[in-house]
Amino acid sequence: MQKTQTVFDEMNGEAGDVRYPYEEYQKWLSEENPARLRRKSTAAEAFFRRTGITFNVYGREEAAERLIPFDVIPRVISGREWARLERGIEQRVRAINAFLHDIYHRQEILRAGRIPKELIANNDAFLPQMIGVSPPGNVYTHIVGTDLVRTGEDEFYVLEDNARTPSGVSYMLENRETMLHMFPELFSQVKVRSVSDYPKHLRRSLGECAPSACGGKPVVAVLTPGIHNSAYFEHSFLADQMGAELVEGHDLRVVDGRIAMRTTRGYDPIDVLYRRVDDEYLDPLNFNPESQLGVAGIMDVYRAGGITIANAPGTGIADDKAIYSYIPEIVQFYTGEKAILQNVPTWRCAEADSLSYVLDNLEELVVKEVHGSGGYGMLVGPAASKREISAFRAKLKAQPGNYIAQPTLALSTVPILTKKGLAPRHVDLRPFVLVSPRNVKITPGGLTRVALKAGSLVVNSSQGGGTKDTWVLEE
Amino acid sequence: MLGKTAGGLFWMFRFLERSENTSRMLDAGFHIALTRSTAAENEWASVVAAAGVTEAYTAKYDQYVAPHVIDFLLRDKSNSSSVWSVIEGARNNARMVRTALTREVWEATNECWITLKDLLSRPVSERDLPEVLGTIRQQSGLVRGALHGTMLRNDIFDFARLGSFLERADNTARILDVKYYVLLPSASFVGSSLDNVQWESILRSVSAQRAFRWLNPGEINPVSIAEFLILDRRMPRSLAFCYAKIVDNLGYLEEDYGLRLDCHEMAAPILKRLTEASVDSIVDEGLHEFITAFLRDNMALGNQIEQDYRFIG
Repeated sequence: MQKTQTVFDEMNGEAGDVRYPYEEYQKWLSEENPARLRRKSTAAEAFFRRTGITFNVYGREEAAERLIPFDVIPRVISGREWARLERGIEQRVRAINAFLHDIYHRQEILRAGRIPKELIANNDAFLPQMIGVSPPGNVYTHIVGTDLVRTGEDEFYVLEDNARTPSGVSYMLENRETMLHMFPELFSQVKVRSVSDYPKHLRRSLGECAPSACGGKPVVAVLTPGIHNSAYFEHSFLADQMGAELVEGHDLRVVDGRIAMRTTRGYDPIDVLYRRVDDEYLDPLNFNPESQLGVAGIMDVYRAGGITIANAPGTGIADDKAIYSYIPEIVQFYTGEKAILQNVPTWRCAEADSLSYVLDNLEELVVKEVHGSGGYGMLVGPAASKREISAFRAKLKAQPGNYIAQPTLALSTVPILTKKGLAPRHVDLRPFVLVSPRNVKITPGGLTRVALKAGSLVVNSSQGGGTKDTWVLEE
Repeated sequence: MLGKTAGGLFWMFRFLERSENTSRMLDAGFHIALTRSTAAENEWASVVAAAGVTEAYTAKYDQYVAPHVIDFLLRDKSNSSSVWSVIEGARNNARMVRTALTREVWEATNECWITLKDLLSRPVSERDLPEVLGTIRQQSGLVRGALHGTMLRNDIFDFARLGSFLERADNTARILDVKYYVLLPSASFVGSSLDNVQWESILRSVSAQRAFRWLNPGEINPVSIAEFLILDRRMPRSLAFCYAKIVDNLGYLEEDYGLRLDCHEMAAPILKRLTEASVDSIVDEGLHEFITAFLRDNMALGNQIEQDYRFIG
């Protein structure tokens, strides 16, 4: 894949002709007045602010809320392209669930020597409390947000599997709502697959994973750390859309072997808890004793079949960046098939040969912390100064096992609307996957994150990235 | 409904009501200060007292002068009852209970917060004060309008309304508590023009000058003002009106849940007293004592509701 470093533009291709998925959109765009587009763009921002679609930034002034910049030019994926992504994602997600079941039960994959034992044994993301536990319906990752990047016409790579509590789905839904609101005529011209059923499917999918203790219609609740959490908007949005209660740790307690929420009439049991609180904070009795965000004793109720926790505790072992590099083997091992979607080639710095290669080539590589997320603690070699590189080199030498490295991919671009007209910017894609005992469902669309600075490869919203509506064409 | 959600709704609407009431009291105080400069300092002191923040104010300032009082009541973050603080509180509660609100109520609340935060980000000059005070009342009114126009009439609505009326009753009672001496019959013997201004000011602080004049054409006397603010069921900020509403909303909850709780037992006699008393009997037995007892009962009822409906664990 390093054969070429030319950047693939998804709208204009390499040759500069409008690519097939964008033809209809281009037709509309060419008749559009640029000043009107810019006005719409300003209107969109006002709409997001009024609606309160914001995220909180940690470490800033108290209650600092920011908007994630929204770009009005959609990112378009053809039906054929999507069908392939869909197959690849489903295969990967099924393999991950099989892996999680295995790793917390018989550990066949370790016995077979396909991945090193130390990688599991010395990993904080592996939860001994989950050994021998089978979650209801055998589903571990009820919700997954697979991060994909593209480098060419047929070249897609999985960057991360996000099997813990992926966020961003509310932006997928609100971005579409905003586009429908601003450009209704566009949607009668271009046939775009709908994403609006996601909350309904989420609710159904969670309900299908209800525990044995559930008596009637499953009661679903969303567990949030509270209004100061960076993703609080999304937590309340999803609870609202599903018609589920939005609870915090202090609303919950163990009552008669169930997790129950304090209502105005007394304590009512919950069947399925869609938690947006990390494993570590879930249960002060079983994990971090200082945690105020969880429920004391929930792990014991869980093990006894009194509640479903989505995603299951301990799924982090599957999206750990060190495990990531083994996913092709994992897919092969559990499905007997070759992985449809490729991994980005990855050097594990824990291995001496890899480390020396990485140290020699820091200027060209992206180096990530094994347990990091959100674009923090990451080195983008080509964009870093000499000083940043030498500081990073020292960190890397001190604890090589904490890092992996990947080549700097020439991420594809999609145009954004700037003051001077359209200009290409790098993007990635996070489709959202729902897993129930019956099926794996992938919403046709996802969250496209876009680096707003020309040339930048960092798309994280906490680092100045924006978002786009993502279209999958009806074909 | 979660107990926390009930509590969030209750406080969201208490805070919104408080922002509006503070704006009215400042408006009345400002009016006196403009027309009677000699009475200004006393008037500002009673505005601060009626807002229930005398202690915090005097810890910070020595004198009751317009710029300080205005800033303290509108913008001071260390004053938990300043408009800035209560709007922040209202919106935080709204975010917490967002799943219980219609989109329109949420957006009105968010818009209120965005507008007022911007308006109050700089000191408010006397020149801009009337407009700022008007905007505060208007923003709170927009949330109330959205509540009335879009929300189901269920327990969610009841808790929101209970918050509004408990806060409003508290506010009207505080104004009476601070100004009771100008409403005593003995004051009417004096009948100075300053008294007239004071009476006007009380009415102004509950936005009721015109309503009162309309009901009592040609005359303004202190006892009828007391009667109007305490007992008149037509007056939407009177104690009797607020309690009729509180008892109604508690009644809906009782019916809805099929449960009569301690708060129901507490609210009924408060309303009964307001229904059966005459203004003469209240004045004879002591206006100040009456108001003090009312403030105590009103606070106790708020606490009881919080407990009965499990606002906190």
